[in-house]
Amino acid sequence: MKKILILGSGALKIGQAGEFDYSGSQAIKAFKEESIKTVLINPNIATIQTSKELADKVYFLPITTEFVEGVIEKEKPDAIVLSFGGQTALNCGIDLYKKGILKKYNVQVLGTPVSSIDLTEDREKFAHHLHKINVATPISHAVATVETGLKKAKEIGYPVMIRAGFSLGGQKSGVVYNEKEFVSIAQAALSFSPQILVEKYLHHYKEIEYEVVRDIHDNCVTVCNMENFDPLGVHTGESIVVAPSQTLTNFEYHYLRELSIKIVRSLGIIGECNVQFALNPRPKNKIEYYVIEVNARLSRSSALASKATGYPLAYVAAKLILGKCLMEIKNQVTQVTQSFFEPALDYIVVKIPRWDMDKFKGTSEKIGSSMKSVGEIMAIGRTFEEAIQKGVRMLDVGVQGVTDNNFNLTTEEVLANIKQANSKRIFFITKALKLGVAVQKIYELSGIDPWFLYRLKEIVDAERELLNVGNKNFCSVQQLLKLKQLGFSDKKIAQILGKKELEIRELRKKLKVIPSVFQIDTLAGEFPAKTNYLYTTYNGNHNDVSPIGDKGVMVLGSGPYRIGSSVEFDWTCVNSSLFLKKYGKKSIIVNCNPETVSTDYDISDRLYFEEVSFERVADIYEFEHSSSVIVSVGGQTPNNIAKKIDQYGIKILGTTAVDIDRAEDRKKFSQLLDDLKIKQPVWNSFIDMEVALKFAQDVGYPILVRPSYVLSGAAMSLCYNSIELKHFIEKATNINKKYPVTISKYMTNAREIEFDGVAEKGLVKVFAISNHIEHAGVHSGDATIVYPAERVRFFSGERMIEIAKELSMSLNISGPFNIQFMVKTTRFM
Amino acid sequence: MVGKLILKDGSEFQGESFGFEQPRSGELVFSTGMVGYPESLTDPSYEGQILVSTYPIIGSYGVPDKKNWESDKIHVSGLIVSQYIDTPSHFQSKMTLGEWLKKEKVPGLVISDTRYLTQKLRDGGAQLAKIVFEKDINFIDPNLENLVNAVSIKKPLIEGGGSRPARTIVLIDCGVKKNIIKSLLDRGVRVITVPWDFDIFSLKEKIDGVLVSNGPGDPKMADTTIETVKKTIEKRIPLLGICLGNQILALAAGGDTYKMKFGHRGQNQPCIMIGTKRCYLTTQNHGFAIGKMPTGFKPWFVNANDDTNEGIIHKKFPFMSVQFHPEACPGPTDTSWIFDYFLKKL
Repeated sequence: MKKILILGSGALKIGQAGEFDYSGSQAIKAFKEESIKTVLINPNIATIQTSKELADKVYFLPITTEFVEGVIEKEKPDAIVLSFGGQTALNCGIDLYKKGILKKYNVQVLGTPVSSIDLTEDREKFAHHLHKINVATPISHAVATVETGLKKAKEIGYPVMIRAGFSLGGQKSGVVYNEKEFVSIAQAALSFSPQILVEKYLHHYKEIEYEVVRDIHDNCVTVCNMENFDPLGVHTGESIVVAPSQTLTNFEYHYLRELSIKIVRSLGIIGECNVQFALNPRPKNKIEYYVIEVNARLSRSSALASKATGYPLAYVAAKLILGKCLMEIKNQVTQVTQSFFEPALDYIVVKIPRWDMDKFKGTSEKIGSSMKSVGEIMAIGRTFEEAIQKGVRMLDVGVQGVTDNNFNLTTEEVLANIKQANSKRIFFITKALKLGVAVQKIYELSGIDPWFLYRLKEIVDAERELLNVGNKNFCSVQQLLKLKQLGFSDKKIAQILGKKELEIRELRKKLKVIPSVFQIDTLAGEFPAKTNYLYTTYNGNHNDVSPIGDKGVMVLGSGPYRIGSSVEFDWTCVNSSLFLKKYGKKSIIVNCNPETVSTDYDISDRLYFEEVSFERVADIYEFEHSSSVIVSVGGQTPNNIAKKIDQYGIKILGTTAVDIDRAEDRKKFSQLLDDLKIKQPVWNSFIDMEVALKFAQDVGYPILVRPSYVLSGAAMSLCYNSIELKHFIEKATNINKKYPVTISKYMTNAREIEFDGVAEKGLVKVFAISNHIEHAGVHSGDATIVYPAERVRFFSGERMIEIAKELSMSLNISGPFNIQFMVKTTRFM
Repeated sequence: MVGKLILKDGSEFQGESFGFEQPRSGELVFSTGMVGYPESLTDPSYEGQILVSTYPIIGSYGVPDKKNWESDKIHVSGLIVSQYIDTPSHFQSKMTLGEWLKKEKVPGLVISDTRYLTQKLRDGGAQLAKIVFEKDINFIDPNLENLVNAVSIKKPLIEGGGSRPARTIVLIDCGVKKNIIKSLLDRGVRVITVPWDFDIFSLKEKIDGVLVSNGPGDPKMADTTIETVKKTIEKRIPLLGICLGNQILALAAGGDTYKMKFGHRGQNQPCIMIGTKRCYLTTQNHGFAIGKMPTGFKPWFVNANDDTNEGIIHKKFPFMSVQFHPEACPGPTDTSWIFDYFLKKL
């Protein structure tokens, strides 16, 4: 084996995101260690795997049969790998295989045979295969008449689920409890669909997953098992997930484990595979389960499992498909053991999806069997309470804990939002608990196991207790420690007590209530590990590591991917970290996004899988005695806490917090532009509707409006007349003194030019100019951009460089910066 | 109520009590299993030991009916967890873990930094400890007692076989887990369980095979069993040893055992079958291991993490034993084939 072709996953999309940059990068590393040449096809520029340090050759081409064939013809690789680039790579690979292209060029498919992959993709064939090896799948019959349907329903036993074939959005589908209901719904469904599916209804089943690896010698282990917080019916990508499972007995855990291995063996998987089960929480006999899905490739779940356990699944899978045996691969974390084992966790991991539904007008907050979430976070704690509270803060959606919500709703309305899964369900649950709704009732409505609900109740009760105790008596170490062990942030405690966050921090430090730093070592402390993979917890009394000291530089990551902040900030973090190393510094990455390369433990000297919040950053800074912090490579999340960490006395590398603020604060920045005589569109902030309307009239429509404080996530809006403006302000914002609305003149038919540079102490060192194809008004993240800039005249270009230099100098920028120019004819704004 | 865990080296840890509030002493050990606390607590091999669970959240699915336990009672002397769950959720749960401990008079403490305890035992080796409340007690070293005698059955018991002529296995109970018996019965074998010091040759029965079970403590304490195994080998009766039974076979055949620093206790111990590329994930619970290989035997399994011996097999005759638990419960079921392998040799 001399040369391997790797297919990437292409552009990020919902359901296929940064996790494939992680898996592809690990595969390339694993191949390179074996002195194999690597060729990568991936058109996504914002990825680590396309960096020049990794693959020997990168083709920025579409992952389609035609283009891949072209590369095969040119590169003549010995083998191709399909399992590291998500569904995109898999589909393309299957097509290449079926069209005989791989055979034509004599390219071997490494790992799991294509025939097995194909089998797992075809529902019917796969069910048939599983039945042959005595593994249960959900019972489902396709019928064309009500009569045969009734017969099948009787066989299955009521209640049954009816699904109309070929229908959009689950029309005319539903649960029926008797023959009469069956006839009514089946008739309606068959009136527009030629076929209906009669299925066993798996009401409120638990959803359990296993990640399995297998080598060519038939050695098999399940690296991780996971349990969904939400019951069956909510896509695992949409569900809150915990690892390891919490509510399974030894018998259930190992029964399903054994089945996973049996399935993986029957398919001849080499490498990695994910198996998902539905498990009846109240079976008639000892166990009742169904296999609901098998993914014969690296997946989102496997990225999560890797980060949750410290077991580098993608790396190991890459070695296995080269024919290595599990025992030959060193455990990268302990460095003393090997890879045939199942990690023992001494902590709990919680994954929570991040949705950006507010960004899309008219999108329902309901979640279900298809993916809507755009990113996710992973929180680590020693209790579920600690982890889930960290987790909701990590989402960066403006909450301090699971008890944060302002739903001004009746109990009935709250309960309705618990019955129907939605993106804020966990907050509705705590609201219901506050309202005194019984755990059993919430369970009946939601199907969420009471185990989880009782844990949430613990948090709600602790908050209530604190509210009752009030300000005066609050000071005991035990009380404070208990709250911290339940995951309360300083800020949240401060809010409840009517104090300031820093006052609680002071008190906490005085009482020596400080988090412990623990390692993730894959073996629960059984062997001494050299791992640098860390988290903090209040459920401990010692630290596993000693401080790095003043060689340490902290790099703050981006947190969850969301619309507007994605894999590009992973690239910047990784590169910052690698260059810190190069210059003799020790890098300490803080991030909480499991779909990233920056959270691979070989990227930094220390990795804290933690909140990118002021409290946690300050905790780590103080523990590590770090010299400084980099906030400029993680996007908006670290930027937002820059001012606070600066005021606390933490040294920020690069552009100072004051100058960041001068650039970020609309008013201050506008003043700066005026001082430098740089033109800008006319704008102003308003706290009064009438004044705003008058201003808009004066500058002339269309105008751009944006709320300074985003209430419902509605960002800016373009208004063409006073009716629209009035409507926007009334509906989307809440105009008042505290939250003014900003209005600026909208320039029609202006071009938008991007200026990206890096400066040192104000001096621009390097820059690039690119232009938008669309007119100004299309967000730069949504625009089509060309580089080098095409329609920038010499004088315009010169003027832009001049402005950039002036701005950079006056903001004393050290580090990266971006300026967006509007050009109308040859005038600059 | 708050109790204290005191170690022989003088270190003390405070913790909220969730079990029976009466002092107990024992050998402090840790286990890394993430599921299966009811199975572990009732495993007779834990007799005399205070167990630290490295998995921090314990009690989540309550306690099932007695028929799902590994013996009729809790054998640990005490339990230490990081977080105790008093609101279990499972259809099989009959009571909370706390209620069970109280009923069985076993103390339990919540000490949040169980990771520190684990590291301490890992680095310094297993050591004596005690859980105390108001009144202090002395340290008791369980390894100085004959623990096997304490947990073994008192008189022979015949199970299985039915009406069909079945093969008969004599199971020497040194602290057997129920699932070993079940594994045999499920395979249609007639099982005569006898006490550890029983003269098996006094049985008026044809013995097709002998199984020496798991059990607590130092194998050298089980002197009578060692003698029985010696005779079994002389009579060329097929023999399978499990865990303590593995060590007993080694001693009976002229090998030697030693006390490990902190032993293996968990459900993710990898064992390679010697001469193959096959590795199995196993459940283990032992503090002693085979050092010197007995003559005529060869190593059968070896631990992939620390190269300690995990089983021996005779070069010519059907005498074999494993250090791990092929019956699982708790833990992975990868090695249940050991029973089939042994039964084929009868």
